[in-house]
Amino acid sequence: MVVFEKPHALTDVPLHYCPGCTHGIVHRLVAEVIDELGIEGKTIGIAPVGCSVMAYNYFNCDMIEAAHGRAPAVATGVKRANPENIVFTYQGDGDLASIGMAETVHSAARNENITIIFINNAIYGMTGGQMAPTSLPGQITQTSPYGRDTNHCGFPIKVCEMLAQVDGAQYLERVAVNNVKNVKNAKKAIKKAFQNQVEGKGFSLVEVISTCPTNWGLTPKKALEWVDEKMIPYYPLGVYKDNTAEKEAE
Amino acid sequence: MAKLTFKTDKCKGCGLCVDVCPKKVLTLATDKINAKGHHPVEAVNEEACIACAFCATMCPDCIIKVER
Repeated sequence: MVVFEKPHALTDVPLHYCPGCTHGIVHRLVAEVIDELGIEGKTIGIAPVGCSVMAYNYFNCDMIEAAHGRAPAVATGVKRANPENIVFTYQGDGDLASIGMAETVHSAARNENITIIFINNAIYGMTGGQMAPTSLPGQITQTSPYGRDTNHCGFPIKVCEMLAQVDGAQYLERVAVNNVKNVKNAKKAIKKAFQNQVEGKGFSLVEVISTCPTNWGLTPKKALEWVDEKMIPYYPLGVYKDNTAEKEAE
Repeated sequence: MAKLTFKTDKCKGCGLCVDVCPKKVLTLATDKINAKGHHPVEAVNEEACIACAFCATMCPDCIIKVER
């Protein structure tokens, strides 16, 4: 009996991510959910710019590469033109919370019936570890070598808390993938986000606290511990908004 | 009897599976190097495996297949 094997919605292409990068885990969770919901044939993914720029090589469904930050805008167009398709975007924090902030907030405000998987690793990974909008206060990066000083760099953006104020957003949850329990919870959240779209319940975003061992300067194991010690206290896990239950009651 | 299969060529030797295994079944093979230049994972005492699939759950590269 097979207990665990690679989901069908994930291709055999070797991932280009650094050793220990949790992007691979989130890719797999999305693929597992696509398999379980049986939506591979009608799913369209939107790849971002960032470390996951080549996500289109890794998912077995149709994929579109969007300009930097514009994945929710592209997803809006795809979903409105093909409402029967399941449309998801897979974006990092530099893509979604920095250059793509306008597209993110407005797609939530319009309550587009799309699913956004948002990877928050508190750094710009692909470009070499610069400070991101989500970098923690005091965090040392290439562009904040003395630690992020909130006096002139401002404070990190908490995307789930911010979008919870937007009336259009229907389902917002923050999860992590730094241990087995959190991975299981992350899968539940991602599955709910896709299920919401299948049932036409509207804008769903799952923020996944991820790691960047290379640019954090930590081993893969220490990076997972750093998530527990630094990231989760600043970005508490949990459901920030869930209007989908009310819709069922109506 | 649990059976573990690894796609060794795709292993990046991050060791997340080794750390998470409750039965200490896995180790990084320091005497081997795969095509990517990493020390790949291998099972040293597979008979202790309880097929919990924690290793596969944490593997970022999805190289582990667990059977029971």
